[in-house]
Amino acid sequence: MSKDTLFDKVWDLHKVANLPGGSDQIFIGLHLIHEVTSPQAFGALKDKNLKVKFPNRTVATVDHIVPTDNQSRPFKDNLAEQMIKTLENNCAEHNIKFFNIGSGKQGIVHVVAPELGLTQPGMTIACGDSHTSTHGAFGSIAFGIGTSQVRDVLASQTIAMNKLKVRQIWCENKLSTGIYAKDLILHIISQLGVKAGVGYAYEFAGPAISALSMEERMTICNMSIEGGARCGYMNPDEKTFSYIKDRLCSPQNKNWNRAIKWWKSLQSNNDSIYDDVIKLDASKVEPTVSWGITPGQSIGINQKIPSLKEIDPNDQFIAEEAYEYMGFKPGKSIKNTPIDVCFIGSCTNGRISDLRVAAKVLKNQKVANNVKAFVVPGSEKVAKEAKEEGLDKIFIDAGFQWREPGCSMCLAMNSDKLIGNQISASSSNRNFKGRQGSPNGRTLLMSPAMVAAASITGKVSDVRNFL
Amino acid sequence: MKSKFKPPVGEFSKISGKCISLIGDDIDTDRIIPARFLKCVDFDSLGESVFEDDRKTLKGKHPFDLYANKDASILIVNSNFGCGSSREHAPQALIRWGIKSIIGESFADIFYSNCIAIGIPCFTLSKSSIKKIQKYISKQDLFLKIDLLNSKAISKDLEFNLEIKETSKKMFLSGEWDATTKLLDNEGLIEKKLNDLPYISFNSNSF
Ligand code: SF4
Repeated sequence: MSKDTLFDKVWDLHKVANLPGGSDQIFIGLHLIHEVTSPQAFGALKDKNLKVKFPNRTVATVDHIVPTDNQSRPFKDNLAEQMIKTLENNCAEHNIKFFNIGSGKQGIVHVVAPELGLTQPGMTIACGDSHTSTHGAFGSIAFGIGTSQVRDVLASQTIAMNKLKVRQIWCENKLSTGIYAKDLILHIISQLGVKAGVGYAYEFAGPAISALSMEERMTICNMSIEGGARCGYMNPDEKTFSYIKDRLCSPQNKNWNRAIKWWKSLQSNNDSIYDDVIKLDASKVEPTVSWGITPGQSIGINQKIPSLKEIDPNDQFIAEEAYEYMGFKPGKSIKNTPIDVCFIGSCTNGRISDLRVAAKVLKNQKVANNVKAFVVPGSEKVAKEAKEEGLDKIFIDAGFQWREPGCSMCLAMNSDKLIGNQISASSSNRNFKGRQGSPNGRTLLMSPAMVAAASITGKVSDVRNFL
Repeated sequence: MKSKFKPPVGEFSKISGKCISLIGDDIDTDRIIPARFLKCVDFDSLGESVFEDDRKTLKGKHPFDLYANKDASILIVNSNFGCGSSREHAPQALIRWGIKSIIGESFADIFYSNCIAIGIPCFTLSKSSIKKIQKYISKQDLFLKIDLLNSKAISKDLEFNLEIKETSKKMFLSGEWDATTKLLDNEGLIEKKLNDLPYISFNSNSF
């Protein structure tokens, strides 16, 4: 059993009680909500005649259903309009802070909370969204919950949960030039598999992790869930503190020093005990691209799609399903696979540094004929910063569509969808069957830089040739 | 769609029903209920849309479309079932279609806790036992009786020792699986925790 890790410390600090059934009652320091997984929770509250216990510990924004072309209200899609209205009403009725479109603070919930300074080390953070693991980049314990648990957090600010085991993933050395956090996490998932993390929290550590910026760290923790781990985190360090400093909701003045002192006390001890430790060499990671229908089915740009023989017997079934669905043959290169759509955005890679990297590749370049390319900033703040830096212009000049912030084609709840069996080069996190809106649409996951390179050539390309 | 949905309540120790087998690893919640059906403010209409895209692709041959399965209530699955998105819409769609319990090789964490929260006990079995069950179902109907207390599943020809998390089992047996009330029993402790956590006081929440 793990001992003295950040996870153990934060868990113990937030434990309210042992519940009769044997699970722990855990206090949730920050609760984030959005329009998709909260309406039924508010409905259940009403049915039970309950109030929101601590309204100022919940923060709302709208992201999944928002159109990214025209955001004037009412939305063209009636159902989407009804969802945003329901959230507006619920927040107003229960006195919950809501960052709506036009507030300057709206965006994908996992982009917004860190940029407002809401996400901090040592907190427990829950949201009805599996990518809540993102916030672990700050040394918080953050995980996705379902709607019934959203109800529980609203009603009691706590949930019932069994403690997770802790696996440390130690990343030796450093990523090479042209290799990004997205490549590293795709590589990790391809090595460990998509179910290795079930029952675990992942602690990412080692020189390669320390070298990453906060936004890159978020990319890593974001995709913990794709490796099966409900929660991923990193120990906070000076980069963490300087990222948080002077944000809207960060501790101010004399509270700042108090905060730093407390945050430092939460780090995993040098002699902490883990349930499992895995080591890998980050310097060996190549630009990595998914070829199948789970993020674990990813390979380096110079590798070939593996044959059944090369695949672990436990993963052969899903591999066969992937060959068929993708229409790819084992032994084929992933490099030069033609693509139809390029998508840059999402809570994995829709932050300002992601846009900067992609814009650098795209400067003075043109999107290939027949490729539809669009960029969806992760938040209003990201969009504003990008415009101030002139990035929007670089994208537009190259032939990208510049959109309003939201989740967009990461899950295609708005009108941005693949058509038929189109292939997208996507900076998002899931390549599941049908994920991007067409039941036979195909997704190749890669870093935003790699998406930019693919948009120029119209096929999967090694971005290192463009740097 | 089955008859009007009534959510399970109270304690229960036995589940019996006909099994429906769905073969495949890593079946994610996007497949169980595609994102476009998430545009709703209640769960009522989800039952009929469960596995919509997979069913369309298989044109009537999907297990959830086969006439023989129309009254099935125990779902047999392979590994990492319910991975991906945290959407509770997935188990809510399954329960509304008529699924009362799931037996599989393994489940994704969030999906598992969503199932437990809404009253769908999920059990695990070894890969070989699941294979045996799925092979059996491919040839003939399988009716299982699940005894939650002893974690056993029996039919006229088969018998298995199921595994379920002790905490989940206790919840169903005691009828205390509706968590909210239990959590609110500790109101005093919750207030105390709020006052004890340093970050509550060093943050101003100045939105
Ligand atoms: S960007 Fe995609 S993964 Fe992230 S919260 Fe939105 S839909 Fe979910």
